[in-house]
Amino acid sequence: MSEEAKTSLNRREFFSFLAVGWITFGAAVAGFASLIFRFLYPNVVFEPAMDFVAGYPDQYPEGVDERWKNGFGVWIYKKDGRLVAMSNICTHLGCIPTWLPAESKFKCPCHGSGYYPNGINFEGPAPRPLERYKISLNAEGKIIVDKTKVFRYEKGEWSNDGAFIEV
Amino acid sequence: MIKEAINYLSSPLYSFTAFIFLFWLALKRIDVVGTKKFGLGLLIFTVTVFGWMITDKVFFSIISLPDNIPIIILNGLVFWSTWYALYKGHQNDLRIAKGEGPIEGTPENREKVWAWPNLVYTELFCGILCTVFLIVWAIFFKAPLEEPANPTWAPNPAKAPWYFLGLQEMLVYFDPWMAGVVLPGLIVVGLIAIPFLDINPKGNGYFTFAERKFAIAGFLFGWIVLWVFLIQIGTFLRGPNWTFYGPFEYWDAHKVVAENNINLSEIFWIKLFNTSLPKNIFVREIFGIIAVFGYMFGFLPLIMKKWGKNYINRMGTIRYYLMIFLILGMMSLPIKMYLRWFINLKYVLAMPEFELNL
Repeated sequence: MSEEAKTSLNRREFFSFLAVGWITFGAAVAGFASLIFRFLYPNVVFEPAMDFVAGYPDQYPEGVDERWKNGFGVWIYKKDGRLVAMSNICTHLGCIPTWLPAESKFKCPCHGSGYYPNGINFEGPAPRPLERYKISLNAEGKIIVDKTKVFRYEKGEWSNDGAFIEV
Repeated sequence: MIKEAINYLSSPLYSFTAFIFLFWLALKRIDVVGTKKFGLGLLIFTVTVFGWMITDKVFFSIISLPDNIPIIILNGLVFWSTWYALYKGHQNDLRIAKGEGPIEGTPENREKVWAWPNLVYTELFCGILCTVFLIVWAIFFKAPLEEPANPTWAPNPAKAPWYFLGLQEMLVYFDPWMAGVVLPGLIVVGLIAIPFLDINPKGNGYFTFAERKFAIAGFLFGWIVLWVFLIQIGTFLRGPNWTFYGPFEYWDAHKVVAENNINLSEIFWIKLFNTSLPKNIFVREIFGIIAVFGYMFGFLPLIMKKWGKNYINRMGTIRYYLMIFLILGMMSLPIKMYLRWFINLKYVLAMPEFELNL
């Protein structure tokens, strides 16, 4: 072998270097990607529970009640002997509407969608009424609101079981 | 009295219409607009009116919000540069009409200089000036520190960053899928597509208006009327609950506006035919489907008859249809705005069951 051939790589050595290089690079990228993926799932999540106990039905006056709005994002609405739990997320782009007692309507601060107290949309761009959550009574007679189950008006679900309780 | 009239006239319907008219007039009478006299007169007029307006307490409190000051600056820069381009274009058009060729093509202007150091030094200097400006800005106008984010509460009015307020104003008239995804996507794709669509060599390297009327008017309509002007409305004229307020009107959160928006299907079935909405959603939305397809395809033969042959010969079929598609997408915004103002139309095609609302 000449001096020159020793300093350069032969074909076999070149490919093994190439393989090592690519495997290292791939492992680094995969490791970095897995870190990013792990980052999407924080150790602790400060989110309110998806279901909560909302006291006795007779504690609620007729009309819209705001007491669970800030903690859980739910309006309790009582009308004609029916109690429902309304989502406080605008169906247009997910802002939080404001309850205006004087005008007796919900009004979204982002694009001006308006809803009647029962959640039906009438103003602005909102395409469908506010969603309702599953509501039921537990053994003690207290209200349980379950936000994992949603009832949508346009699908005709507001008269389903669990969409309201009779009081 | 004058202030009340201005409040009344600045409602989106009137001010948007007036702005479109002024835009059309400005491009029509380019021989007036494209002169130094006009530019100076416009500047004096604007500064005078603005100076008078900021003596009003309510107006001053709105425009002096830290978020709104960039828009005042933007106004000055945008309208100045637009006027300046039109002015340069008009001067060149006069020269071209006399057969002299554009001013950029004269021998003394064709002289070339090196990018280094002439250009690079200027850029460096501009970079330093911008940094200084931003530092001074950050010292004087603090970013507001608010309470921790609460997912069950929103400020009222809840406004996007100032450069997105045109989008937010657009969302008043459209479903989020349309105004938040499709139309912004079309804007981005359309801007990227301009070098592909525009193969007209006129105006390369020199200002002109007369040679590029359609391209300039089309671009400026989308930019000035549909983007910049909507930012103005979203910033200065939208208050609590995203209600419209005149520039001198106190932002009273309890201002009542009678508005009851209905879908096209409800207009047809309930108002015209006096029946209830059909159960089958495709039957229910048949008029909306017809309207949307009619809008996207019905105009094609018409446009074809008037301009099509000429444009296809120049641009080619693919470029032509792409351009028509982008223009129809752009024009859907003002059309929807007027439909909302005149017949309280919520959605032409309303299928919330599939999250599809146009």
